[in-house]
Formats: sequence, C-alpha cells, structure tokens
Amino acid sequence: MITAERKPMQELIQCIKPYRSILLAGCNECVTVCAAGGRKEVGVLAAALKLHFLKEGQPLEIQEITLERQCDPEYVEQMAPSIGQVDAVLSMACGCGVQEVARRFQDKPVFPALNTKFMGASERQGVWAERCQGCGDCVLGFTAGVCPVARCSKRLFNGPCGGSSNGKCEVDPNLDCAWQLIWDRLKSLGLTERYEENLPAKDWRPAGGAGPRKIVREDMAL
Amino acid sequence: MKTASTLEKILASGELAVTSECGPPRGALPEKIRAKADLLRGYVDAVNVTDNQTAMVRMSSLAACILLRQMGLHPILQMVTRDRNRLAMQSDILGAYAHGIDTMLCLSGDHPHFGDHPMAAAVHDIDSIQMIQMVKDMRDAGVFQGGEKIDGPPRMFIGAAANPFADPFELRVSRLAKKVKAGVDFIQTQCIYNLDKFEKWMEGVRNRGLHEQVYILAGITPMKSVGMARYMKHKVPGMDVPDEVVKRLGGVPKDKQADEGIKICLETIARLKNVEGVRGFHLMAIEWEQKVPEIVERAGLLPRPEGLTLDVQNVLGGKP
Repeated sequence: MITAERKPMQELIQCIKPYRSILLAGCNECVTVCAAGGRKEVGVLAAALKLHFLKEGQPLEIQEITLERQCDPEYVEQMAPSIGQVDAVLSMACGCGVQEVARRFQDKPVFPALNTKFMGASERQGVWAERCQGCGDCVLGFTAGVCPVARCSKRLFNGPCGGSSNGKCEVDPNLDCAWQLIWDRLKSLGLTERYEENLPAKDWRPAGGAGPRKIVREDMAL
Repeated sequence: MKTASTLEKILASGELAVTSECGPPRGALPEKIRAKADLLRGYVDAVNVTDNQTAMVRMSSLAACILLRQMGLHPILQMVTRDRNRLAMQSDILGAYAHGIDTMLCLSGDHPHFGDHPMAAAVHDIDSIQMIQMVKDMRDAGVFQGGEKIDGPPRMFIGAAANPFADPFELRVSRLAKKVKAGVDFIQTQCIYNLDKFEKWMEGVRNRGLHEQVYILAGITPMKSVGMARYMKHKVPGMDVPDEVVKRLGGVPKDKQADEGIKICLETIARLKNVEGVRGFHLMAIEWEQKVPEIVERAGLLPRPEGLTLDVQNVLGGKP
C-alpha cells in the first residue's frame, strides 16, 4: 500500500488560516489502512482544528467527507455538491488523491494534510516499512523476493557493501541489510550459485527516467 | 599489459607493490594536497586520491589527481557511485585519462548519512560492480556504457575494494569473484587487524584461483592510539578490530601508543608478506601521511622500483 503520515499540526494551521470554511476529505484506501487519512482520522483532525480556531476566536467551519478512493475521478465527483460551500479543501489522501481533487476543482485551493511516504507493507501493528519503489522492471524473481532497489540504502544490485554488519545496514542498526536477507533466502531456496551472476546496469527509463509514467490499456479504454 | 599504468607494470613484474592515499583538502588550496603527496614521493608506487570520502565535500578527486600527476606522481582516481550517474562517470574517466591518469578505483562510497550533507540525494545509478564492467568495456571494447563507440578509449587499470570482514562472511569470496568476473584488475582490501580472518578469506580466494586473476593489495592502517582503535572497532561499519589489538595499545603509556601502533602495523606487513596471493600493500595512514615513508622503510619495502615512481620527464612530454 501507499503509506503516509499526517503533517505537523502547526503546518496544517498555517495552510488553512486564511479560510473560514474547509472541506476535510479523507480516503478509504491505503491511508485508512495505515491510519493516516481514513474516516476516523478525518474526525480527529476536524475536532482538533475546530478547537484550535475556536480558541483563536476565529471559528472554522469544517465539512467532513471520506471518499472510497480519492485517486479516482468517479469518487472525487462526490465532492462536487459541497465544493461551492467551502473556501478550500484539506485532503487527507496520498499525493495522488490531492492531485486528483486539484485537477477536478480548478478554482479551489487544495492542501495536503499528509506527507506521502512510500509503498510498503505492515511489519507489525503500527509499523510500516518500505518495500517497493515502482522501478517498472521488477527484479524480485531474481533477488529471491527481496528488493535491492527499495531496501538497500545504496541500491546495490550485486551484493552487500562493506558496511553490512550482523545482518544490519550501516546506515541504521535497526534496518535489515537487504543483501543479507537476499542471501538468506537464496540459501533456503538452494539457489546460492545465482548470487554470482552479475546483474547488469539497470535501465531506469521504466522507473521514471523517461519522464512521468503512464499505463494505457487499449483493451479497457472506452 | 592491458594498460600503461605504472602500478600494473610493478604488479606484473612480481614485485610487491606499495600504494598509499591522499585525501584532497576541504577547500580550494592546491598546496595542501601537494604537501601531503610530496611526503609520499619515492616511497610508494601510486597514490589513491579519495572521492569525497566519508561523504564530506572535498576538492574533486579528478582535480587533485591532475595536481599529483603534474608533480610526476601516479595518482589512482577513486570514484564512487554515490555522487555521479553513468554519464558523469564516463566523462570524468575520459578527462582523467586525457590528463595521464591511467589507474582508478571503483567504489560505491560512504552513504551521505555519514557526511556533512546528509540531506543530499545519493545517485546510485549503477553499483560498483557495474562500474567495473563499464570501465572495462570502455577500455577493451572501446564502447560507452550506452553502447556507442568511443573515439579514443581510455585504457584504465581497474581497481576495486574488498572487505573480507563484513557480513555475511561466507559470501565475501563470492563478492570478489563477481568483481573479477566484471573485469577488475587489482583489489585494495579494508584495513586488516584480524589476520586470522583475513588469512581464512585468502584461503577461500586461493581455493577458487582468484589470486591468479586479480592482484590483491592488503590494506594497512597504523593505529595512532588506543582511542583510535576503540573508535574503529565500535564506530566504523565493516571494521574488525580484535580485542587483543585494543588491549595491546591500551597496555602501553599514552606517549608510546603511536609507536606501538606502528609496531603492530609492521608485524602485520611482515606476516602478510608470506600469504600467497598478497601482491602488495595499501597503506592508509589516516591524517598521518608523514608516517608512510618510515613504515615503508622499516617494512623492508624500499627501494621502490627505480625510475617508475618519478617520471617527470614523461609528464613534461605530455604523454600518458
């Protein structure tokens, strides 16, 4: 999923200070799962902002909405009836959702309430970790299911650097060395000889090196 | 001979090679690196010039290499994958070779996290093994990494690092094998303090015949004090400093610790001279360059091969 964290309260307050009414828009997908921008977080943030501006003597009117998916025009359309009644939108979706709202409502200021972080997985309750950088040409089949692009701090394709120590990365002792994980998996799979195949220099075009990326499925297009 | 590199000539002759290193200054003063390099003249065969080591901004390795070359020394251009993409690397390699720099070292580099610009984006377009392959293809096939032909290919003698002490130990010989497969000509190892482990690694290297495909220079760094030993042991990733070394340095008075450090380093060189496959030494006297001549002399590595360490004539003639 796409993970995100809420921005600091002060930054949000600065963004919406000039406005008297806002639409606070959550998203029911990834940011709900990582507890950053779902219906519950919308409610909590709305209450906190209302209280803050009330104390300041400048009451803020907040409408709350949580869309099924903010990255999908079909659902973003559900904001249309409320949009004329507010001065600005504060979006609790990932960056994709924020941009979709901005695209649909051309003359309405839109602010992100979250910092979008990475594509990751839940390691345990309350902990998410990066797993994929969307490089567009997946090597997991070769690297035993552990990604060197997303999980090696130096993005090494051919084994651990000299800083791998006790299975940990030199950058952070709490971070697993991706190549230690790859090596352990190769051993479990009986594929250690694969380690000695040199992976050639990567073509970064599918990773975004050729400009912003797009998928066009002719078979699905209307 | 693959190249005109002096280091290659010495290694091919069977003589033990000696290299050392110079960190470029944190400023634009050329006399600083000249002074450091001058200490090494006549005592080493080639001098590594580091590339923003420890991820701190310094005078560029290429520019500092040119200064050394103008002094008639043989610089080894260090290049890390952290700061350059493949276009920048290749153009700098062409520029280096045009200035008579024919030996280089391919590294991934310390992570920006450790330096003075932790906010910088690391490039890592290619990794160090892919860089070795790229430099080899530039030399032997005369092509750029992108496939186009080079008009006047650079003939670099290609080096890389190896750390026998990092984890997982069991694939450290394999990692060397990968570098050999990519086309590396010589290796400089991480500083060696745990000799037993190094010898075990060398045994693995010999078992696969890798010592006959690549020249291995053993990395040596003299300890200045017990404080330095403790720092290296606990704070430097991938460094293996056994307790005995710390104890030995701690067991002598403070003003004798530097001497003890030199003694340990000389004993290390003496022992490693007998290890089959060790073809020379890489002396990294960190901010202690003035000790290199003494170490080289006391280790019985003098004189350096005549006429090779000083070839000012060649430089003045303008030919690499």
